[in-house]
Amino acid sequence: MKPRGHSFYGSLLPIVVFLGLWELAARLFVENPALLPPFSAVIREFLVLMDNGVLGVNFFHSLVRVVIGFLAGSIAGLVMGIMMGWKEVMHRSLHPIFSLLYPIPALGWLPVFMLWFGIGELLPIAVIFMCSFFPVLYNTETGIRSVNINFIHAARTLGASNGKILVTILLPLALPNIFTGLRLESGMAWRVIIAAEMVAIPTGIGALLMRAESLVRVDIVIVCLMVLSIMCFSFERFFLFLEKKITGGW
Amino acid sequence: MPRITLKSVSNYILKDVSLSVHDGEVMVLLGPNGAGKSTLLNIVAGLIEYRGSVLFDDQPMDRIGPEKRQVGYLFQDLALFPHMKVRDNVGYGLHMRESGNRLKMAKKIDALLEMVNIQHLGDRYPRILSGGEKQRVALARAIASNPKVLLMDEPLSSLDLRSAKYLRMEFRQLQRKIGATTVFVTHSLDEAAEIADRIAIMDHGEILQIGAPDDVIFNPVDKRIRSFIGEPNILTCQSSHAIENGLAVATCGELPIVTPYEGKPIRKIAIAPEHIYLSTEPPAGPRINRFQGVVQRIQDYSSMVRIVVDVRGQEIVAELPRKVSDLMGLSKGSQVHIILKLRWLQVLNGETVSL
Repeated sequence: MKPRGHSFYGSLLPIVVFLGLWELAARLFVENPALLPPFSAVIREFLVLMDNGVLGVNFFHSLVRVVIGFLAGSIAGLVMGIMMGWKEVMHRSLHPIFSLLYPIPALGWLPVFMLWFGIGELLPIAVIFMCSFFPVLYNTETGIRSVNINFIHAARTLGASNGKILVTILLPLALPNIFTGLRLESGMAWRVIIAAEMVAIPTGIGALLMRAESLVRVDIVIVCLMVLSIMCFSFERFFLFLEKKITGGW
Repeated sequence: MPRITLKSVSNYILKDVSLSVHDGEVMVLLGPNGAGKSTLLNIVAGLIEYRGSVLFDDQPMDRIGPEKRQVGYLFQDLALFPHMKVRDNVGYGLHMRESGNRLKMAKKIDALLEMVNIQHLGDRYPRILSGGEKQRVALARAIASNPKVLLMDEPLSSLDLRSAKYLRMEFRQLQRKIGATTVFVTHSLDEAAEIADRIAIMDHGEILQIGAPDDVIFNPVDKRIRSFIGEPNILTCQSSHAIENGLAVATCGELPIVTPYEGKPIRKIAIAPEHIYLSTEPPAGPRINRFQGVVQRIQDYSSMVRIVVDVRGQEIVAELPRKVSDLMGLSKGSQVHIILKLRWLQVLNGETVSL
């Protein structure tokens, strides 16, 4: 029996069919193509935006914000998650506070950050930081705390110190949890940055999207959404690839 | 190797436990779930808090952490590190305790893998090993740093009977070779009898009896122990003589019983009720330890029943699932055939001395 799975071409086929149907429907049934341009028109506009540099510049702005905010938030979440997972006193002291802050959506911080940091580069980075920090913290903490106590006991009777147990046992065994946090939040960071740029920032894919909306350029709006979709997908796939590469053999 | 002494050790499970395990001895802790056996092991390893004192060769260990007690510990779930290959699991203790020549360490790991017959598995992850292979990896890891004390918490409980028996024999040989003072936890009397120099019977955080396996089986000091070891049938034998193939025939009352022979006169034979075959039809197979009898009474134990059979003037108790007994239609006065299965007979030899 062939193993069940999704081949690349198998996944591509429904997308091609969808794009074909979109092209046909837009050409045959839509009276005003400005409201739903065919796929070929969107691709034409994509090439124009690439050619004149508008898409590249705005994409670059968004990418830098996502990478800086996501890296800073993830590293901070990782460090705090390790401490809270490893040291009971840290868990007891900080868990109640973070439990209250975690449910607040990252975009909920936007008004506060606008007042604190003003409208500038720091604002979207701070929002992305909040978006990444809590999930990575919780996944890291949960990953460490859910390691079978007998692994720790075994390492201890084999002569490992606390530090060695953290590095050789707890962190590696928490990796699947940590990667789950990183994977989900890397995609979420793109969704959040678009929203933040739409509301408050004059540059970036989100800002381009808002300008296109005000000019009733649905083709550009769709180009922006496609870029967003591809970036979410790529970031998530990157972390999935890393996770499989590192933990796949176990 | 050290003598292990526990002096008035207590915690939330154990109640004032004192125990001494001799140098190089295999002490088996035997008891039902919740008796405190694993807790006692964890205390010897220094993994949990306790009151009282643990000594290795009269040196108090109470302020010494588990990483410095030099114990090898086989956990019930084996606790093989899933993210490390077999070689790295086995070498973990060496890397933690010994710094130095990598080549020398690799050679030592090779020797350990060979010692437990898994030299071909070094580059595999634990996930893809069989139960028996995992046991061997865990054993190699536990003995890698030459521990003075070996602690084993029901390490064979997840294996089928045959693999467990084979590994028990291998473990016993290995233990004799390395000579580590060993505390072995099990809830199986058969396993305990096979592996132990002495058995400590535990229940509700207390040690009820300590003695040689024969002593515990034939002279249980407490009703709880009798109940736990399955209230075996104990037959007193008047004489015995050797026959071929390492066997002897012991005459116990009117019953000639074939038993394993160790060159000593046989005083008593024990067999648990669940190890007695009972049928209403004459059973097939060799005519060894096969007798006819009459059912005297039937005792109910929820899903099981105990059939008391009069066999040539001697009462022998067999245990059957209720469904099987109902199918047979047994009642007082029924004629039955029983077989005392040779492999489950426990023999008390003439020269055994109670400890």
